[in-house]
Amino acid sequence: MLKIFSKALGGVLASTLIAASLSAAPKSGGTLIIASTQVPRHLNPAVQSGIATAVPGTQIFASPLRYDENWNPQPYLAERWEVAADGMSVTLHLNKQATFHDGKPVTSEDLAFSLMTVKQNHPFQTMFAPVSAVDTPDTHTAVIRLERPHPAILLAMSSALLPVIPKHIYGDGQDPKGHPRNADPVGSGPFKFVEMKPGEYIRLARNENYFMQGKPYLDEIIIRINRDTSSLVLSMERQEAHLWPFSASVRDIERMKKQSHLEATVDGYAAVGALNWLAFNHAKKPFDDKRVRQAISYAVDRNFITKALHRGFSTRIYGPIHPDSPYATADVEKYDVDLKKAESLLDQAGLQKKGDGMRFSLQIDYIPGSDEQQKNVAEYVKTQLRKIGINAELRASPDFPTWAKRVGGHDFDLSMDIVFNWGDPVIGVHRTYISSNIRKGVIWSNTQSYSNPRVDELLSQAAVESDMNKRKALYKEFQQIVADELPVAWINILPYHTVYHKNLRNLPTTIWGTMAPMDEVYWESQP
Amino acid sequence: MLQLVLKRVLNAVLLLATVLVLNFTLIHLAPGDPAEVIAGEMGGATEEILAAIRQQYGLDQPFHIQLGRYLGQVLQGDLGYSYYFNTSVIGLIGQRLPATLVLVITAALLSIVTGTLLGVVAARRPNGLLSHFTTIISLVGYSAPVFWTGLVLLILFASMLPWFPVSGMNDILLKNPSWWIQVWDVLHHLVLPAFTLAIIYIAQYSRLARASMLEVLGADYIRTAHAKGLSADRVVYKHGLRNAILPVITAAGLQFGNLFAGAVLVETVFNWPGLGSLAFDSILRRDYPTMLGILFFSAFMVTVANLLTDVAYGVADPRIRKR
Repeated sequence: MLKIFSKALGGVLASTLIAASLSAAPKSGGTLIIASTQVPRHLNPAVQSGIATAVPGTQIFASPLRYDENWNPQPYLAERWEVAADGMSVTLHLNKQATFHDGKPVTSEDLAFSLMTVKQNHPFQTMFAPVSAVDTPDTHTAVIRLERPHPAILLAMSSALLPVIPKHIYGDGQDPKGHPRNADPVGSGPFKFVEMKPGEYIRLARNENYFMQGKPYLDEIIIRINRDTSSLVLSMERQEAHLWPFSASVRDIERMKKQSHLEATVDGYAAVGALNWLAFNHAKKPFDDKRVRQAISYAVDRNFITKALHRGFSTRIYGPIHPDSPYATADVEKYDVDLKKAESLLDQAGLQKKGDGMRFSLQIDYIPGSDEQQKNVAEYVKTQLRKIGINAELRASPDFPTWAKRVGGHDFDLSMDIVFNWGDPVIGVHRTYISSNIRKGVIWSNTQSYSNPRVDELLSQAAVESDMNKRKALYKEFQQIVADELPVAWINILPYHTVYHKNLRNLPTTIWGTMAPMDEVYWESQP
Repeated sequence: MLQLVLKRVLNAVLLLATVLVLNFTLIHLAPGDPAEVIAGEMGGATEEILAAIRQQYGLDQPFHIQLGRYLGQVLQGDLGYSYYFNTSVIGLIGQRLPATLVLVITAALLSIVTGTLLGVVAARRPNGLLSHFTTIISLVGYSAPVFWTGLVLLILFASMLPWFPVSGMNDILLKNPSWWIQVWDVLHHLVLPAFTLAIIYIAQYSRLARASMLEVLGADYIRTAHAKGLSADRVVYKHGLRNAILPVITAAGLQFGNLFAGAVLVETVFNWPGLGSLAFDSILRRDYPTMLGILFFSAFMVTVANLLTDVAYGVADPRIRKR
């Protein structure tokens, strides 16, 4: 009897396990509709930065490497790679099965052409600045030669930063920025371009000859552009759209989370590293005085901003590097709110209260169109500054270009700003703090006019340091210095969420999130 | 007659040239640098890249050179090349125009028919319940901003009662639909945006039709018609309406340009792929050639309509030909 029972139990367990393993196996088929408010200029990330191009671009174009959730490089077009012991070259061995969507093989010539195209045309000039040449000893081997060690190069070869574009199409001598095939691209990624209606939608179809066997699982991805976020939210609720990446409106996220068929995650934004901060113009008095900047920072209660203004959806930050980056440190001054200390610092700086109880006046600029992160925070800062005797006025800009002109032209006192880390500090962090990047007229350069020779030295060393631990130490010292000197007062990480249908599986939650190939995403059951 | 036509055509050409120069000047006086947008809205760029983009699109040239070059292009029928969408402006306008025409013409017809009917019914019993109801509807319809009306309709009829789609003009998941399914699909998508755009004009026309009908219903010939023993419906709809509708038609003609303006907001809320949403995108992105192209195209449409009206008046009234 016991034998029969144990056999029966064994049978039940085995069938349960088989059923479980079957249900966990990815299913092929279905259409994923991605909602977006971003209108892309075109679909070639080799010559265009930004989310609008990167999300579809990384489905169409494959890159040499991809990254996992833990900042580890993974094979993609390059099956394997070696970094020379002296850090002066990187050798890539390309997947021999990889072909472009038009059937032509992906070769080392294509990789060399793509890298040089990005180097010459992409706004992120620091990514490949040290690359002197790309040798192609054979069809599937590329050797990247460097003028100096460049530890950021592996990350710069991932996802949207280095799409491998076909030389036989883009190498026809036309300007790559205005190339007609940017709107009708051919790549080697998991999805092929089908059609784009400018400002309406982009349709992509499964690449049947994708070099990663058995993938992708989805038949089709459609990126639908909704200019109005209210109707976008409704389309998510109605299941007319299934995934909304880069959703940052606290009210909308809160509302969608209440829907039984929708879920939201903050995973997938570590490399983007979107930081919200208050910048000081060091070229203007009294903001050239560290004590004034510190006083203002002590007056701002970041917990109030993240917990009350952003209803717990955003997170505090203490420094210039996103806390998920391996180079971030929490060992810095955190500026917990302390109005007495703030007043004392202002007194020490010689800014005594006058008859009206005020010490001095200033203006705060902010980026228009992002009220939750910018205008509302600026309004709150204004009320806090009044408590320590600073009369702050908000200066509204009618549109983004006006704000960019003011801040880029160094015509500001304090300004709210949103700046991205873009993976490696060399790409997205150095630009704000290094003194050689004080360039009037260029937004997101060192618009604060901050200059510290030690910071310049540390960043220059970190840019070429191949030893991970030594690099971390250099960045730690850098973060401690800037947290003390406060070129900007960091406030919070943008509450970027990916809102998605709960029947979707294997959501892209690596460091690049939806700006990475969605070749593993599948529908458990399509609504 | 030929002299009148030539004079009017010359006036129209001069007017269009003035509009073109004014638009170009005003848009270039506005702050903002398209090169920043082109370089990537979130990435920033070096001075070298910005300079290269300005050179590529001729933005580094003095204002008068840019203006002269643009006027030359327009004379050759070329409205330029969109900085943002990387394609010809004429191609973009051609792509978006049908959607806007469908929306605007439907809204115009809807507002004329519904507004007039409401007005006439209200006029028959000026102190009746329906008359008061029409007055309230008109007041609300006229006061509510069009984007608010659109959002309320979306919440009511796309979310709470999921009868209509939220956005777009077509169901993008339809594979190889037959023509009648396509027509049905467009009509299904059209209901909410067309009603949103029409509601303000329904309010106007219903007030206008009501007032006009009240005046007409007091006229001698209406009393005569009643005295002849005609039915009340026949008197109102055959004899009264024909005269009362004239002010509505005149107002509708004048409002056609405003309908295009209203389409910008409606198309944005409902993601309708027409000229309005293109205008919205191009303004946000400092896409000068597209903005100028849309403005010029709108001015061209209005000028041609006015020209045709002037000529038609000339045909109808010989006194105008001699002025």
